[in-house]
Amino acid sequence: MADALWYFARGSGVISLVLLTVVVALGIGARSGRTAFGLPRFAVNLLHRNAALLAVVFLVGHVVGLLFDPYAQLRVFDLVVPFAGNYRPVWQGFGTLAFDLVIAIVVTSLLRHRLGARTWRAVHWLAYLCWPIALLHGLGTGTDNGTAWLWSIAALCAATVLAAVAWRLTPSFTRYPHRADRQVNSRLLPAVAPTSGSTPTPAGAPSPHAGTSPHTGSPTPAGMPGVPEEAR
Amino acid sequence: MSRLHVDWTACDGRGLCAELLPELLAEDDWGYPVPKGDLTVPPALEPAARQAVDRCPALALRLTAVSAERAPASS
Amino acid sequence: MTSVVEAPPGSRVQLRLLAGTHDGRLDSHLAQHGRLPVLDAAQVIGLARDAGLTGRGGAGFPVWRKLSAVAAAGRPPVVIANGAEGEPASGKDRALLTYAPNLVLDGLQLAALGAQSAVLYVPAAAHRPLQTLIDARRRAGLDRVPVRLVAAPDAFVAGEETAAAAAVAGRGAVPADKLVRITESGPGGSPTLVQNVETLAHLAMIARYGPGWFRAAGTADEPGTFLATISGAVASPGVVEAGYGVALGDLISAAGGATSALSAVLVGGYHGGWVPAAAALPVSRAALTAYGASPGAGVIVALPRHACGLMETARIAGYLADQAAGQCGPCVNGLPRLASTLTDLAHRRARPGLPAEVDRLARLVTGRGACRHPDGTARLILSAMHAFEPDVAAHLAGRCLAAGASR
Ligand code: HEM
Ligand SMILES: Cc1cc2nc3c(=O)[nH]c(=O)nc-3n(C[C@H](O)[C@H](O)[C@H](O)COP(=O)(O)O)c2cc1C
Ligand code: SF4
Ligand code: SF4
Repeated sequence: MADALWYFARGSGVISLVLLTVVVALGIGARSGRTAFGLPRFAVNLLHRNAALLAVVFLVGHVVGLLFDPYAQLRVFDLVVPFAGNYRPVWQGFGTLAFDLVIAIVVTSLLRHRLGARTWRAVHWLAYLCWPIALLHGLGTGTDNGTAWLWSIAALCAATVLAAVAWRLTPSFTRYPHRADRQVNSRLLPAVAPTSGSTPTPAGAPSPHAGTSPHTGSPTPAGMPGVPEEAR
Repeated sequence: MSRLHVDWTACDGRGLCAELLPELLAEDDWGYPVPKGDLTVPPALEPAARQAVDRCPALALRLTAVSAERAPASS
Repeated sequence: MTSVVEAPPGSRVQLRLLAGTHDGRLDSHLAQHGRLPVLDAAQVIGLARDAGLTGRGGAGFPVWRKLSAVAAAGRPPVVIANGAEGEPASGKDRALLTYAPNLVLDGLQLAALGAQSAVLYVPAAAHRPLQTLIDARRRAGLDRVPVRLVAAPDAFVAGEETAAAAAVAGRGAVPADKLVRITESGPGGSPTLVQNVETLAHLAMIARYGPGWFRAAGTADEPGTFLATISGAVASPGVVEAGYGVALGDLISAAGGATSALSAVLVGGYHGGWVPAAAALPVSRAALTAYGASPGAGVIVALPRHACGLMETARIAGYLADQAAGQCGPCVNGLPRLASTLTDLAHRRARPGLPAEVDRLARLVTGRGACRHPDGTARLILSAMHAFEPDVAAHLAGRCLAAGASR
């Protein structure tokens, strides 16, 4: 019985890692704004989300399995707080950390309409931290560490994520690479250092065209000569 | 009835909405959605519109109730 | 081409805001106009409605509707007098704040009855004399709601109303999405009222002299006077006050007359439209709609024959593209493309379908931004394509009709 639990825990752990790899790759794919495998963009997006939810299911299985496992001696406490366990605390701590991060990413994703895009995105970036930690955990702690099959799966996962990240970093990553950056025009930001020797008149005014220059001095009411200027 | 609202300051032109609502939206030269009309959502398209709102990666879409009374709009 | 409507009688260059001493001093202001009558918020709304006062910042929206929307929000609003005047061809707000700032501050008090704060949003360069005046008025017990000065960045979109509200809230002067109107809830959560400084000055006059007096100028549908900034090929460019419906020719004469034959006139500014240089054309929304233009914020630029209208429009389009706030994809991508396409046409780098492409892009950007900057830019360009139709044809054939063009 104890052995069955142990196998279940290991198996679900490995599946979680594979799923997380798929999730990261699909997340990057979704971010590219491209269609993939003949799937429309919204489907890539949905697949990413559903794979993430499935990964959570396996992760929970993995963790609950370990909770009842006599060898691991895991306490509920260890599921939340990393690096406090009795059994290989560092490697297991990575697992706890990765688990916490996945939960944080998923929970914020499910609540993102309430949290707002900025907060959601900030937490989502932790995915790039979460995945390598999960990999380290898998390689460091498992009883299978050192077995060829685990190494091959880990290598395959790593290759997938590295390839995806490399693609993410290329300039032609998005579907419209020639699109202009959306970036707030700096002249609208508060406390812009005054441009050197700035005049009080519209300095950014376009160069006057012959005969059509908008006057740049203080406009006087036309046809009203001799207006006192002292009020300025 | 409801109307789809695009927050252009947020939209990142990922194109999910135009896929989900081809009846209401096309895409421009840069992948940003182009409304085909005034973005009033007919009841039949309401589920798709809700899905677009839900899936928009930039959270740029909202469904608003079309009410008879309109507050003042100025430029 | 639409025929030119006769200017209604009685619409001529007429001084109200700029009448009298206009030295900007408090004592001469009080000597000329006296103190404001004591009114409550409902009375102010009633006066604005009876007078038919509309916004002078460009959009021409009825003032009483905004006032009541803010009042209906039921919480003390933030009231902003918008003197940003980001438009390079406009100088009327600056002139008003120089020559009759007390009218603006009076109007701000009227609009800010019951407000939590009143703000005068103007470029930093104008702050010093205005601060002195604000202090003097406060000492004289004129201003119940304290007035705060906030610096408007020197940029075209800085005067857009949600940009003004954001700047007043201490953020960048960046326009915001309008799903929630600022009259209901502005950047800080308070209802926010933004009115052009000239609008407020008119309100101060209406409170003293009444809606009937106000309606004696302008047309029945568009009552009152407006400040026009006249520049381009005129002898003495500057600011002129006139009733709506004034003949274009009268405005040009008030600015010293044209210095050479004119080929067209830009009305309404960089978000306005090109109209024929017809002396009898009334400057009113009703008469200008036919050209896709409106009096807007009163900008009038006279284009001489020897200048190329397409070249001039391309230059303005490039400026406007550069001035975009940078937030909205269609505006950030569309305006530069629109400007460069128009520039190709202006420089006679003809290729098939060039005018159609300008037209397509102008329609593509319209309505697709958080603010109306793309709409205004497109309007200007579409009006140019219409007003300079013969020039477009000539440019496609590699020629330019502008008398002075050598290239
Ligand atoms: C309910 C769960 C989740 C939802 C709804 C979700 C949703 C999304 C969305 C909408 C995007 C952005 C696509 C775009 O910007 O166009 C995204 C990107 C991404 N997601 Fe998720 N996600 C979830 C869980 C996860 C998990 C658990 C991970 C990994 C541990 C992950 C990793 C990523 C990555 C790496 C990206 C690409 C980010 C970038 O480079 O900008 N996601 N996700
Ligand atoms: C791009 C852009 C720039 C604007 N700049 C100004 C400005 O400089 N001053 C101004 O009063 N209104 C400006 N407006 C109009 C304002 O958004 C707003 O309508 C006006 O301040 C409201 O006041 P009013 O109703 O009294 O005209 C601008 C609008 C846009 C779209
Ligand atoms: S789904 Fe959202 S971000 Fe993508 S194009 Fe539509 S509105 Fe813009
Ligand atoms: S429409 Fe253009 S100018 Fe207006 S907020 Fe958007 S990017 Fe800025």
